[in-house]
Amino acid sequence: MSVAAGAVAGAGAEAYPRIVAALIRITGDWTLAEDCAQEALASALERWPRDGVPGNPGGWLMTAARNRALDTLRRATVERRKLRDLALLTDPEPAPPEGDVVDDRLRLIFTCCHPALALPDRVALTLRTIAGVPTADIARAFLVSESAMTRRLTRAKTRIATAGVPYRVPAGPALVERLPGVLAVLYLLFTRGYDADGEPAFADEAIRLARLLHQLMPDQPEAAGLLALFLLHHSRRAARRDPAGNLLTLDEQDRSRWDRVQIADGVALLARAGDGPYALQARIAACHATAPTAADTDWPAIAGWYDRLVGLHPTPVVRLNRAVAHGYAHGPAAGLTLLAEARSGGALDGHPPALAAEAELTARHGDLDRAAALFRAAAEAVGSEPERRALMRRAAALAG
Amino acid sequence: MKYMMLVCTDTEPDKDPSAAPDIEKWVAERDANGQRVTGSRFAPPSAATTVRVRDGELLLSDGPFAETKEVIVGFDLLECADLDEAVEVARAHPMAHAGRIELRPLMDD
Repeated sequence: MSVAAGAVAGAGAEAYPRIVAALIRITGDWTLAEDCAQEALASALERWPRDGVPGNPGGWLMTAARNRALDTLRRATVERRKLRDLALLTDPEPAPPEGDVVDDRLRLIFTCCHPALALPDRVALTLRTIAGVPTADIARAFLVSESAMTRRLTRAKTRIATAGVPYRVPAGPALVERLPGVLAVLYLLFTRGYDADGEPAFADEAIRLARLLHQLMPDQPEAAGLLALFLLHHSRRAARRDPAGNLLTLDEQDRSRWDRVQIADGVALLARAGDGPYALQARIAACHATAPTAADTDWPAIAGWYDRLVGLHPTPVVRLNRAVAHGYAHGPAAGLTLLAEARSGGALDGHPPALAAEAELTARHGDLDRAAALFRAAAEAVGSEPERRALMRRAAALAG
Repeated sequence: MKYMMLVCTDTEPDKDPSAAPDIEKWVAERDANGQRVTGSRFAPPSAATTVRVRDGELLLSDGPFAETKEVIVGFDLLECADLDEAVEVARAHPMAHAGRIELRPLMDD
């Protein structure tokens, strides 16, 4: 990639959601906003290699997209609505300070996460419009074709306009009602960035937005809980892989490479985080983050938090993690018993983390051959290459 | 925006009907603040007449055109800034508890 193309990619990732959010605010037209933002990126790819990278790449892209929107709206002056938009655009406000720009994205998030939209549409729209995830990638995650996802996104945007879904951050009781849906979408965004093959920028973006949410809503315990959870997970980013890129488990990681500032921030937030589902997950992450060594981990405390979490969210995955925690706190037999409960009724069949957890507990229970076979089965089932390698290493270590 | 608020019965009403707000109060408040343009209860479905013209011929039939267990029992025409405001108006209506309410934006405003 040339220097100019790299600059377009870098500035584009940063500027895209800001441009889309600002153009939607001014024009109210989602499709126009996305088209103009994409055309600005295409124009940069053509011109920056020839003319050089501008001093303020994000500002250049914003101006290019705004001019493109202005041209389009000028050609469509027959429509009353677009005339009004044009009037707004011919007198653009001075470049807003950074704080307002971020607020634009927050407004976009609350609109994308509006409960009048079906839940899958909320997630898809947020991934596409705010995170800029290609439609094809979202389609894969939803197990539908790209054309079906394109239609779904178009329907959702049309619905926002025709049903009268407002473009704003709600206030008062409406904010309390709407917040969990927004937190859930941010959580998905973070996970997408934090997964082994994920896009690291999404995790940073999710943290930025979670921090802003917490600033706007300091009295919302789950907003604090979500931010704490993100920071405590993200603090391990630099230690999660060995030099060859293999994923390392918590007990293999070099804890001196954990980000102490993020851990301290995360732990401090727990004082205001309450005991909602995100706060409980953050408390579990804090138990790991504050243990000087893996052997010092307070597993009985973690098992206790999982007991409470399973009361709020009795999902197979929470039950699985609870089984693992009890396995460390109260012995592998206790863990295997809870794992069998978590898998009852076929839940977690072929789920790689469940296979890996069973392998780990079985190894500690003393049946090394069976444990090695389970690690190999987990490696075959897992989708990501770094995770596959990590599991194969575990199998080989047991066999050796 | 104008929203047509269709008030319908539902086969699964709220388990606690005592929580439902008072309809007289609802109407008086929305009339006073301008959110309710007009509205009325409907006579029962047995009073409905369905009109069709096919090949130039007038066809009348008795009863509503949609044969469902749920019945539209009234309407209110709302004037609201956006969907959030219309939802707040609808959730305060007793039939949001005892039935269901459909909000349909008007296209010509």
